[in-house]
Amino acid sequence: MTGEPGTDLTSHRFGTGEPLLQIKDLSISFATDRGDVPAARGVNLVLDEGEILAIVGESGSGKTVTARSVLGLLPETATTTGAILLRGQDVVTMSRAQLRRARGADVSMVFQEPSSALNPVYPIWWQLGEGLRAHDPKLTRAQLKERAVEALRIVGIPDPENRINRYPHEFSGGQKQRIMIAMALALGTKVIIADEPTTALDVTVQAEILQLLRDVRDNYGASIILITHNMGVVADLADTVAVMHDGVIVERNTAQELFDNPQDPYTRTLLAAVPRIGAASASGRMSETDRAELAGHEVIVEARGLEVTYPGRLGTKPFRAVRGIDFTIRAGEVFGLVGESGSGKTTTGRAIVGLEETTGGSLTVFGYEMRRFRERTFKPLRKDIGFVFQDPATSFDPQLTIGACIAEPLQVHARDLPSAERRRRVHDLLEAVQLPAAYADRYPHELSGGQRQRVSLARALVLRPRLLIADEPTSALDVSVQATVLELFQQLQAEFGFACLFISHDLAVVDMLAHRIGVLYHGRLVEEGIGRDVLQNPQHPYTKRLVASLPVPDPAEQARRREEFRILDAQLPAADEMG
Amino acid sequence: MSQTTTVVAEGPSRAPWYLRLPVIADLRRSVGLQRGMLIVGLVLTALLVLTAIFAPLIAPYGFAASAADGVGFGTQQAPNPTNHWGTTVAGYDVLSRVVWGARTAVLTIITSVTMSFVIGVLLGLVSGYVGGWFDRICTMITDAVYAFPSLLLAIVLSIVISGGQSSAAGGIMSAAISITVVYVPQYFRVIRAETVRLKAEPFVEAARVTGVPVRRTLFGHILRNATRTLPLIFTLNASESILTLAGLGFIGFGIEPSSAAEWGYDLNRSMTDVTSGMWWTAIFPGLAIVLSVLGITLMGESMNDLNDPRLRRRRAPKKTRAAAPAARAAEPGAPARAEAPTGSASSGPAGDGPEGPARAADDTDDTKEA
Repeated sequence: MTGEPGTDLTSHRFGTGEPLLQIKDLSISFATDRGDVPAARGVNLVLDEGEILAIVGESGSGKTVTARSVLGLLPETATTTGAILLRGQDVVTMSRAQLRRARGADVSMVFQEPSSALNPVYPIWWQLGEGLRAHDPKLTRAQLKERAVEALRIVGIPDPENRINRYPHEFSGGQKQRIMIAMALALGTKVIIADEPTTALDVTVQAEILQLLRDVRDNYGASIILITHNMGVVADLADTVAVMHDGVIVERNTAQELFDNPQDPYTRTLLAAVPRIGAASASGRMSETDRAELAGHEVIVEARGLEVTYPGRLGTKPFRAVRGIDFTIRAGEVFGLVGESGSGKTTTGRAIVGLEETTGGSLTVFGYEMRRFRERTFKPLRKDIGFVFQDPATSFDPQLTIGACIAEPLQVHARDLPSAERRRRVHDLLEAVQLPAAYADRYPHELSGGQRQRVSLARALVLRPRLLIADEPTSALDVSVQATVLELFQQLQAEFGFACLFISHDLAVVDMLAHRIGVLYHGRLVEEGIGRDVLQNPQHPYTKRLVASLPVPDPAEQARRREEFRILDAQLPAADEMG
Repeated sequence: MSQTTTVVAEGPSRAPWYLRLPVIADLRRSVGLQRGMLIVGLVLTALLVLTAIFAPLIAPYGFAASAADGVGFGTQQAPNPTNHWGTTVAGYDVLSRVVWGARTAVLTIITSVTMSFVIGVLLGLVSGYVGGWFDRICTMITDAVYAFPSLLLAIVLSIVISGGQSSAAGGIMSAAISITVVYVPQYFRVIRAETVRLKAEPFVEAARVTGVPVRRTLFGHILRNATRTLPLIFTLNASESILTLAGLGFIGFGIEPSSAAEWGYDLNRSMTDVTSGMWWTAIFPGLAIVLSVLGITLMGESMNDLNDPRLRRRRAPKKTRAAAPAARAAEPGAPARAEAPTGSASSGPAGDGPEGPARAADDTDDTKEA
């Protein structure tokens, strides 16, 4: 076994002294209804003081389980073998009381979803204080508050004296993540385990949180284990990287080395699958004549001053999700809509199919005015519209087979189709999305996320629609799976020639597919144009900031971009508070 | 790409349909104490149902017979070869009364459960899906019903239906209807909550976007996914209806002894016997009530536990880390999902808390492309 990457404890060490944390030959398996499932096998890792170690891998690679085992946070069904030495003490054999003492004081965790990691019914100071008091019960209320203020100031929450009395819902997602980090800092944690700390956040906020984590390490000497699937984040923050695949560490190296010179084939595929702006730009490939031709196509969707307003409850103001936007989608054209959460991009997509009510301006779909639309008159047009949802796990009825799911639109809109013909169409489409025809008899839960998203495409395309709305179709997928789904999407678009509204927060993904791009910010379309121009030469300050905040999978390049972002950031007033 | 995870990713070959039926599937995957509970519950319930069906074959005499072959049993006789469990104060054979009583009990269960199920589920579905003022009114009414004591309601209904002392059908109906009124809100609440949740699920929206008619969406997509917690209410409902029927009989609003056998009524009549040392008239109908309710409740409880992956015991792993529950309660990341109806039988190995084991197990489920 020696010589294999990951098993050699001494290679690619960040420091030299006694390691802070040492994982030796760790194996974890879960007892399930279908027997034991190994989640980690023979994992060896070393973490030194002040080191930022990234554990990268796709879902199911065992990265989260490995990191959680350091805190002893595994469920009852887990079986652990091996050793986790935290400053010489083995976590695996610790008693509950010992574990409790170690948690917080030695190791803290920052979770992926900051909104569910904070208890909504307690003010912030109380939550910070809870951890402090657990380790030092003698602290008074005043002392707790004082320590909380101090911790919040460190992580950059403005006006901490007043804000410690606020409740979690009064903070934005990024601020909640800052509070989680403040909790770890207040306890003087040596090791912070950050489990996908920025996955639920917008890119611009992600850039700020990554900066904060870097500061925490630089100023307080905390070591960080960063669990992520995002190669850009790794390039931005990590000193050393361990790549996990199927419960095994396949490669371990310093960040620069790993990106410059990946050794393991799996690492190489992973890196190759990461989409980059400008690498395969759909709009870049088009010639002027292509563009002129596309501009002459029939208009499918036209929005003029489109507004979508959610009525406010008694006493609250109505929420204007979309505030008067103009755009046109022509036949055969892919229009990319990018923006951060809350920008109104999903609402716009839903308004086109009547899932949200158009409250102002005008929105026509195939010439049908969606304002005050009637389901009865709009229904005939539904067969021309396909919709692909974001989460492949929930967009299928779990009780229906894949075949039945795909056939449902046929059953509604082509009732007199003989069932043999229907089956044939289902099989054709499964083939078109590169799945075996036998999958028609499977159930959604038996498919992987990527497969389900292919089925989702098949269902959307079964009626040969002229318009497809794709709402973040790949954001729930692993990068390598995302790459194949995007490729498939391009092929199908070329083959079927449908017009498409492609909604995404990922600029690189949109760049790969969209002919034209619109950038939404707080319900307004701040920039619109040919994909390549918008992303490579942004005009609006928000677009500039958005493009600059996107981490690229290259440490040196990312360090340069980080500086750029910092300058832009200083010019622009805090975007969180804008609008 | 995935050698180790194929076990999971491939998915199980689906068992034949008869092995996937609720009770049988539960039995197959239960272990230890849970299996014991389930089996005891099943046996007791089966006994009740079989007794009810074959009452004419099992019972030595009719429920209202006080004589056989022209010879009277005599009143308050201790167990003897003619009357194995003795006779009551009115001269009926206790064994026959208890056996025939099972039939009354089962009929009440079937009527009340069917009625409250149909009404509650329909109302819940429509109310949850339509929303608006209709939903508000329905919710308000069902909330008001919660304030009613069920026995009081049953008394009122039995008076309304049959003027107190009543026939077999009247007694059964009054117990059944009062149970229905009390249980409709529970079905309604559960189904409504599920409908409201499912209405926002992408697969229901996908159906809307496709233009699927409302009725098809409701019954084809929502109802089939909303029924997971029903078995528990079902069984609670059933045992409650036995108790109400017995309660009605006991306080004298039940069924006349000449129209049907009823355990509650027999218990009431045996009150004076107990003080004079005649145990057989009270013990047997009493035991019948207790065992029926126990059987049904055990069945429901264990099925509920088995359907919740967090409560389900699995065949023991060799060595477990016991620290987990305390840890998960203490750390802020594990949101409390107390009574959430989780994972179906077939939804893979996943489905513990959203943070903890689910991630691990779920992830293995969602492995890469085949």
